[in-house]
Amino acid sequence: MLTHILILMVLALALLGFWLGKRKAILAATSLHSLPVHYASYVLLMTILPASLTLAIWSLAEAWLLHDQSLTLSTTNNTLAQTDTALKSIVVIIVAVLSLFFAMQKVSPEFRARNVVEKFILAALMVCAALAILTTVGIVVSMVFETAHFLNLHSWKDFFFGLDWSPNFHGDSALSILPLLWGTLYISCVALLVAVPVGLLSAIYLSEYASSRIRSIAKPLLEVLAGIPTIVYGLFALLTFGPFLRDLFGPEGFFAVGWMSDTRSVATAGIVMGIMLIPFISSLSDDIINAVPQSLRDGSFGLGATQSETIKHVLLPAALPGIVGAILLAASRAIGETMIVVLGAGAIARFTGNPLEALTTVTTRIVSQLTGDGDFNSPETLVAFALGLTLFALTLGLNIFALYYVRKYREQYE
Amino acid sequence: MNENIISHEELAMTAPTIKISARNVDVHYDKTHAIRGVSAEIPSNSVTAFIGPSGCGKSTFLRCLNRMNDTIKNCQVSGDIMLDGEDIYDPKVDPVQLRAKVGMVFQKPNPFPKSIYDNVAYGPRIHGLARDKSDLDGIVEQALRRAAIWGEVKDRLSAPGTGLSGGQQQRVCIARAIATAPEVLLMDEPCSALDPIATAQIEELIDELRQNYSVVIVTHSMHQAARISQKTAFFHMGTLVEFGDTKTVFTNPRDPQTESYITGRIG
Ligand SMILES: Nc1ncnc2c1ncn2[C@@H]1O[C@H](COP(=O)(O)OP(=O)(O)OP(=O)(O)O)[C@@H](O)[C@H]1O
Ligand SMILES: [Mg+2]
Repeated sequence: MLTHILILMVLALALLGFWLGKRKAILAATSLHSLPVHYASYVLLMTILPASLTLAIWSLAEAWLLHDQSLTLSTTNNTLAQTDTALKSIVVIIVAVLSLFFAMQKVSPEFRARNVVEKFILAALMVCAALAILTTVGIVVSMVFETAHFLNLHSWKDFFFGLDWSPNFHGDSALSILPLLWGTLYISCVALLVAVPVGLLSAIYLSEYASSRIRSIAKPLLEVLAGIPTIVYGLFALLTFGPFLRDLFGPEGFFAVGWMSDTRSVATAGIVMGIMLIPFISSLSDDIINAVPQSLRDGSFGLGATQSETIKHVLLPAALPGIVGAILLAASRAIGETMIVVLGAGAIARFTGNPLEALTTVTTRIVSQLTGDGDFNSPETLVAFALGLTLFALTLGLNIFALYYVRKYREQYE
Repeated sequence: MNENIISHEELAMTAPTIKISARNVDVHYDKTHAIRGVSAEIPSNSVTAFIGPSGCGKSTFLRCLNRMNDTIKNCQVSGDIMLDGEDIYDPKVDPVQLRAKVGMVFQKPNPFPKSIYDNVAYGPRIHGLARDKSDLDGIVEQALRRAAIWGEVKDRLSAPGTGLSGGQQQRVCIARAIATAPEVLLMDEPCSALDPIATAQIEELIDELRQNYSVVIVTHSMHQAARISQKTAFFHMGTLVEFGDTKTVFTNPRDPQTESYITGRIG
C-alpha cells in the first residue's frame, strides 16, 4: 500500500470522526459545555494526530535502517521493504481507529472540548514559531561548522588580521577579511550618506508639508521604487551611472582630472545603493513621523511655534528612536547588498580612500569564491562561509544595537 | 438674532474691557457646518466657560480664537474675530505670533518628549523671551510656581515630562503655556483626564490666573463652570444659544434649551 493512500484513509477516518463526534454531541443535547463543532474538531484532531505521528516515526526509522542495510542486502531488500510497508499501514490504521474510538468515548456534555481545541491551536502556533527560529538556528549552525572547517585549513590570524586578499590555486592564498570589510563599510557609508539625508528630508516633506494629493501620488511611487530588483540597480550602476562618473572625473572627462580610470568604483556602487535605500528610509521614517501623536504637534503650534520649529524640536526628537532604527536597518541592508556591488564596485581588494577607485566587498567575494569550479574542500571555497558568518555577525550586532538603543530611548520617554 | 441681544445686555451689566470679540463667525469642515453665526465678547481678566453637549462646536469655536483651525486642512472660518480691536484673521497677522499671545492647553496632557525644564522653556526659547540662562531659569521657575507644580518637580527638572502623573503633566502643560507670556489662555477640557484632587488644584490655579489673563475654558462639568467662571456660553448644534453672567445662566436661564441642558445634568 502506498503512503499517500494510507494518508487518505486516515483523513477519511478523521472526517468520519468529525461527523460522528458532531452527531453524538447534538444527540446528547443536554446543555453541552462546548459547541458541537468543538467536539467534532476534537475527534478529528485526535484521530489524525496519533496516526500521523506513528507514520512519521516509522518512516523515519525505516529510512534510517534501510540506508544502513541497502549497501549489504540489496537483493532481500525488496521483499523486506514490502512486508514492512504492509505492516506499517496496518499499524497506522489500527492506531487511527483506536484513537477515534477513544476520542468518541470522551465526547460527553461535561467534556470541555472547546478548551482542548483551543490548546491544539496554541500548540500549532507554537510549532510554527519554533520552526521559524529553529531554521535560523540551523542555518547558523551549518555556517559555524563550515567556518570551523575552514579555520582548520587556514590560519585564523591571517583571516581576521591579515592585510591581503589574493586567492590562488597553489594552496598558499592570503585570505584576509579586512580589505573586504573595508570595501563593504566604505561603500555602505557612501550609500548611507546619500540615502539618509535625502530619505529623511523627503519623509519630512511628505508627512508634514505635502498636500494630500501630492502625498497620494508620491508615496506609492516611492514604494514602487522600493520594489525594483537590485540587479536592475546594478545594471544602472554598470551601464549608466559608472560611465557618467567617468565622463566627469576620468582622464578624458569633463574636469580632465583623471581621478577615475574604471567605470566601477566606490562612488558608483555607493551612490546607486544609496538611491536604492532612499525609498526604504523615507517610507519607514514617514510612517514613524506620522505615528507621532497629533497632540504633540498641536501643543507646539499652540505655543506659537512654526512648522519647522515644531519638526526640529518636537517631531524629530520624538521620532528619533524609530528613525535610528530605520537607519540601522538600512545599514544592515547596505552591508548585505550583493548585486549592486558585484556589478558596480569592482573586484580589487585593497585599502583605498579614493571613492573613485574600484574596491571589492565581502558579498562580492562570497559570490566569486563559490561560482568558480574550485574544489569544495579547499580553503579558497570554504572561506565563503567564514565571510558569510562574519557578515551575519555584523548585521546581527547592528540589529541588536538598534534594538538596545531604541529600547533605552523609549524607557527615557515613556 | 439673539446674539445681538446678548452682547448689548451683558455689556451694560458688567462693562469690563473686551479682550476678544467675535462677530458672525461661521466654520465649515467640508460640508459640516460646525459653527453657525456665533457672536460673542470675551472680557479680560475673567474666566469664560463654554458648555454644551458633545459635538456642538465648543472646541471648534475655541480653536478659532487662536487660529489653531488653520492647521486643519479642510477647515474654513469666516466672520470677524478681534483681539484688542485687531482682526486676527487679517492677512497681515502672523498666526504664529498670535498663538504666542493666545496660549492653549489641551484636553489630554501633551508634554513633549523632553525634560520638564525643556518643556516649560520651549515657548520662551522659540520666541526669544529670555536674555540668558539665568533669565530662562527664572521664567521656568515662575511658570512652574504659578501652575502650582514647582514643589513637586523642582528636584527633577531634568527628568522627562512624560514620566509625571496625568495631573502633574497637565500642570506642566499649563506652566508651558504660561511661560510664553500669553494674554489669553484657552483651555479645552483641561481636567477631563484628571482625578478630583488634581482637578481642584487646577481650578484653583485657573482662578488665580484670572488676575493676569483672560481664560476661556471648555468644560463638560456644570459644577466646574459654575464654580470657576464669571461668564458662561451655552452652545447647541453650532449656535451660541445663551451667553451671560454665570450666575444668571445657571439660576435664571433665558432659553429653555439652556435650562433643560443644565437641569438635565445637575438635578
Ligand atoms: N477635523 C474635523 N473634520 C471634520 N469635522 C470635524 C472636525 N472636527 C470637528 N468636526 C465636527 O464639527 C462639529 C463640532 O465639533 P467640536 O469638536 O467642536 O465639538 P465639541 O463641542 O468640542 O464636542 P466635545 O464636547 O465632544 O469635545 C462636530 O459635528 C464634529 O463632527
Ligand atoms: Mg471638544
